[in-house]
Amino acid sequence: MASSSTPIYNSNSLESSSGKRTLKDGTNWEQHEEIPRLPGETRVTDKDVIYMCPFNGPVKGRVYITNYRLYLRSVENDPVVVLNVPLGVISKIEKMGGASSRGENSYGLDITCKDMRNLRFALKQEGHSRRDIFEVLTKYAFPQSHNLGFFAFANEEKFSENGWMVYNPMSEYRRQGLPNERWRVTFINEHYGLCDTYPSLLVVPYNATDDDLKKVAAFRSRNRIPVLSWIHPETQAVIMRCSQPLVGMSGKRNKDDERYLDIIREANGQISKLTIYDARPNVNAVANKATGGGYESEDAYPNAELFFLDIHNIHVMRESLKKLKDIVYPNVEESHWLSSLESTHWLEHIKLVLTGAIQVADKVSSGRSSVLVHCSDGWDRTAQLTSLAMLMLDSYYRTIEGFEVLVQKEWISFGHKFASRIGHGDKNHADADRSPIFLQFIDCVWQMSKQFPTAFEFNEQFLITILDHLYSCRFGTFLYNSESLREKEKVTEKTLSLWSLINSEKSKYINPFYTKELNRALYPVASMRHLELWVNYYIRWNPRIRQQQPNPVEQRYMELLALRDDYIRRLEELQITNSSRIPNSSASSASPSQMVSHLQTHF
Amino acid sequence: PQEVHIKEPIEKEVNPHLLPGETLLCEASTVYKYIQEDGSNRGTYGKLVCTNFKIAFLDDDSASDDNEPQFKNKIVGENDITLQCVDQIYGVYDEKKKLLTGQLRKYPEKLIIYCKDLRVFNFCLRYTKEEEVKRIVSGIVHHSQTPKLLKRLFLFSYASAAPNNADGRNQTVMFDTLEDWRDELERTRGNVKYKVVATNEGYRVSEKLPLYFVVPICVSEENILKYEGRGIPIWCWSCHNGAALLKMSAFPKEQDDSTAQTQKAFLDGIYKTISKPPYELLKMDDLSSSLPSLQDIQTAYTRFKQLFLIDNSTDFWATDVKWFSLLESTNWLEIIRRVLKKAIEVVECLERQHTNVLLIEESATDLCCVISSLVQVMMDSHSRTKSGFQSLIQKEWVAGGHCFLDRCNHLHKSDKEEAPIFLLLLNCIWQLVQQYPPAFEFTETYLTVLSDSLYVPIFSTFFFNSQHQKDTNTSGESLKTQSGPFRFLTVWDWSVQFDPKAQAFLNNPLYAEKPKPDKSQRKTARFKHQRQLSLPLTQTKPSTKRGFFREETDHLIKNILGKRFGKLINSSDEPPNSFREFYDSWHSKPVDYHGLLLPHIDGPEIKVWAQRYLRWIPEAQLHGGGTIATAAKILDLMEEVQSLQVKMDEEHSQAISGNVHSIPVLRNSARLSSLFPFALLQRQSIKPALPTSTWKDLEDEDDLVKRDDEFVDLSGDLS
Repeated sequence: MASSSTPIYNSNSLESSSGKRTLKDGTNWEQHEEIPRLPGETRVTDKDVIYMCPFNGPVKGRVYITNYRLYLRSVENDPVVVLNVPLGVISKIEKMGGASSRGENSYGLDITCKDMRNLRFALKQEGHSRRDIFEVLTKYAFPQSHNLGFFAFANEEKFSENGWMVYNPMSEYRRQGLPNERWRVTFINEHYGLCDTYPSLLVVPYNATDDDLKKVAAFRSRNRIPVLSWIHPETQAVIMRCSQPLVGMSGKRNKDDERYLDIIREANGQISKLTIYDARPNVNAVANKATGGGYESEDAYPNAELFFLDIHNIHVMRESLKKLKDIVYPNVEESHWLSSLESTHWLEHIKLVLTGAIQVADKVSSGRSSVLVHCSDGWDRTAQLTSLAMLMLDSYYRTIEGFEVLVQKEWISFGHKFASRIGHGDKNHADADRSPIFLQFIDCVWQMSKQFPTAFEFNEQFLITILDHLYSCRFGTFLYNSESLREKEKVTEKTLSLWSLINSEKSKYINPFYTKELNRALYPVASMRHLELWVNYYIRWNPRIRQQQPNPVEQRYMELLALRDDYIRRLEELQITNSSRIPNSSASSASPSQMVSHLQTHF
Repeated sequence: PQEVHIKEPIEKEVNPHLLPGETLLCEASTVYKYIQEDGSNRGTYGKLVCTNFKIAFLDDDSASDDNEPQFKNKIVGENDITLQCVDQIYGVYDEKKKLLTGQLRKYPEKLIIYCKDLRVFNFCLRYTKEEEVKRIVSGIVHHSQTPKLLKRLFLFSYASAAPNNADGRNQTVMFDTLEDWRDELERTRGNVKYKVVATNEGYRVSEKLPLYFVVPICVSEENILKYEGRGIPIWCWSCHNGAALLKMSAFPKEQDDSTAQTQKAFLDGIYKTISKPPYELLKMDDLSSSLPSLQDIQTAYTRFKQLFLIDNSTDFWATDVKWFSLLESTNWLEIIRRVLKKAIEVVECLERQHTNVLLIEESATDLCCVISSLVQVMMDSHSRTKSGFQSLIQKEWVAGGHCFLDRCNHLHKSDKEEAPIFLLLLNCIWQLVQQYPPAFEFTETYLTVLSDSLYVPIFSTFFFNSQHQKDTNTSGESLKTQSGPFRFLTVWDWSVQFDPKAQAFLNNPLYAEKPKPDKSQRKTARFKHQRQLSLPLTQTKPSTKRGFFREETDHLIKNILGKRFGKLINSSDEPPNSFREFYDSWHSKPVDYHGLLLPHIDGPEIKVWAQRYLRWIPEAQLHGGGTIATAAKILDLMEEVQSLQVKMDEEHSQAISGNVHSIPVLRNSARLSSLFPFALLQRQSIKPALPTSTWKDLEDEDDLVKRDDEFVDLSGDLS
């Protein structure tokens, strides 16, 4: 009985075609039907449309547009089709067909979404009926291009938890045992004077003065100097992050930078070389010299070892995801699934990112050597590598709170350009700055959680929720490119944090199999034998592929937990009864073995 | 050039553990076995022996024995390879690998043995005396790779040395008696329209058919006898709505027109008799034209398994780069998909169209077995219990006359006959098991050890081509042996291979047991004949008749006469999307683990059976990960619940603690590796496995690759 539960739909934005909802009074249902609305969400317009569902065919319905979402409900009730799409998810709105188009349902709108789906609506051709809706949608989906604010600034939701309190850089560094006699906290960037894409608080070697830092900044792209991300509690080896050195064609050197790297190397008391991981392919690093960048040469840095990790640039990743969408939406490639998947290269990129992160983690942990990670600017591939390595080495980051801190620290505060990479509220869908770098990171985390199903406190839903709100613009968390801009826009004062939503209903995001293990390095196997496509995310719109929800294994475990707790309770009761020595007092309770078979059959 | 850092060999007398009837044939000492890992040449010295049952490596310092693995096969040890399990043997001469088959002129420095259970053994013979090398290499090649007589199988030596006195029936229905078939007919309520016949007693109809089988009531003995059982629909199973699954061996193609005419007339006659109600609806499916040929299946599997017989780490990572296209090029997963799809098509006919389905194949003992077994596993939840599944294998495969001996090529008689048909079934069942874990009483480990048991010649189950062959060889009348009649073991007696602790790993802790009927009723029915109540009786609505049996007859006849038609089940008189509609509508509803079960067959859903194929590969190992990590948590919790239950029983002072399944006890479950319960002695290193070769080539996106993330001229900043 319990096992055959009805599928659960993501409340946020899943298309539901179940007949779960009861039929309301057939007349005037528009007035009665509750359209979900958040506090602060206002209704803009509504219209009768035909939703061209790629799975169920044309569906007559009414679409409601608010300043936050597009909501569609089918006229027919069997099955009820509901679309609930935050406008932030929209990447592109196109008109299809002209006023003179023949063909049925050929006139309307085609909406491309950032979350691996397209929505097509057909409208009546008479009276330019789509003009209004096109304009309204364009305006509210791309507020930045229309001098409007994000919905996050209008959102008036209340949560029991305040997600802005989750990350406090000082307490995170303290947790790591910092500052100590070798590493200090510097406020040199308090007003973003040193580097406008870095956070205000930085951890640097004790032996480097603020003056040294300024000199180093001149030699690092966009002044992103090497700073500490994580310190190994035993080996004291550190993970440092930065941008590329400004070597240029002439092969410039900078004594301060060279000395600074030496100070870093010495700081963990080991005599080993400093390991530098350049995330780029070798050829790209060389090519970067032409524009003034480059990498640390052996001559200039004799105490460092440099490795290239061969991870491709943001453009390659964007194309790869585009290809992936082609083979999974709307239809899953049938005949040559595996070679089609391979030709997208998506999993190969995942493999390379994971392989790089494993190398970083292993070097710090068993190699006992400090590492320096950079790519070109140090805000895309670098963030992937440092955060994944930290996730492998530090079990704290595998908790819900810890993961929030990790994202907040390595991605948000260190200036991963969320606004540019996602294009929040921006109509330029073809912008070359857009790239699914953060999605790729979350995918890597999912691969790890798949390989180690007991190692993470959070479940798959947690990761999907993060990705949904990466685009939704309902929270301020992922808005803007840097901490300095966020401060300027008063994001923490005027918007809510995604972590408020998540932490207020944590039980939804808990992995019941989680087993707390301290100080255990977790190395995934970056082999295609184990990597798999994240079907529950990339193909979630396809009803044919939908996985069993809830997961039966998980459900069985929950039932056993409940059974155990029940036994413990009953045992306590029994012991009390027995100690009072009243015979046959519990005649009504069934024998425990009967009970077990009863509960098993339930499953 | 290879440096071997190992202590000097210890001279110590180690003797192989021999089974009853097992004799030592040859041996060699100071053989060095590599722990295939990282090319570091680490390993151990020991003795390599060959018996009439196995090849075994005996470790000189077997000190590691104090760490007794939790899951141990009592018959075949970690370093034992049964002669039938040997797949290929290679010799290494001056770093070059050469396949060893028959007579050898030169003896190799290294011996690589690839096993059918996917293990790879590397032996170095450089430190072994030349005489011993000669003897052991030619001995191993001779005994494992050259044709042998049936009677020389270890099965017979074992059976005569250790007669099986156990009943061995253990809940599994063997389908070798009239009664077993009657019970099955009764269980599935097929007895209204079908009957068991004993026409084949003494094998007077056919040596390929079992002694007893089930046919439509109206088929006469005369008809059965006429063409040695060919052209007779034989019953497999009846569905809750009365529709039946039947199989039939086709007539061979006749050149002679008049013979063909006689056969046509015969079939016409048969169908005229049958076409009287209630047999009206019948669909036919010629599996030899609608599914890949045995040759295709064999080719696909040969390529597929090669991907998992990994020599070393470099090999592993080199193949990892193009893994998906390599997998696809084997075609093995596609074959699994097609077979599952075919089974769903048959299910659709039976379940939704209330139509009898007749599977046709040359001998009706290969793909017929696969499809009919799959259909029953999907439709009949009894087949998803351990005993039900075992009975199904007995019914469709063992009694059904699948030529295990030829298909597994156990005797090395003819490579042409070899085809992994039974493995194909297990691979398909595994897809179902991993898609619906609570629906099966057994685990994937069960399927894995069952597949391994194909190569253990102490059980008769997989070592005969037919019931007739078994019977004639059991009685001993054909030979002058004094020892016959033999009493063989059946593989279903799992206690032969595993002690109770290990057997617990074969039971699925997630299995959602079926609600039991009332206690009073339970006593009346013997468990093995328990009536199947799980299948909901759908209302018999007027079926949408598209073709009556008679109209179909012509199709059948043309078909049998050699004019093959494509997918008959999806033939033109049917809306093309009827399958899709059935499939989609089933998947849109919640799963009833005791009801009909359809596998997902979309590309991403068909997976590699990782446990069977990756279990010996150290690079693929996840420390503390894999599905075992969650399974272990469940087992730990179940153990806790059980101990609480015991405590409560004590409190109740009622000593009966119910019929509790034994639960595997896991030591230190948090650190189990994904290879568990296999390959437990593999490396325990905590170093992560790193790809040694990675893909970099993105030829088609050259311009993108060369670009920088964001183009900004940084040199300007510095001037």
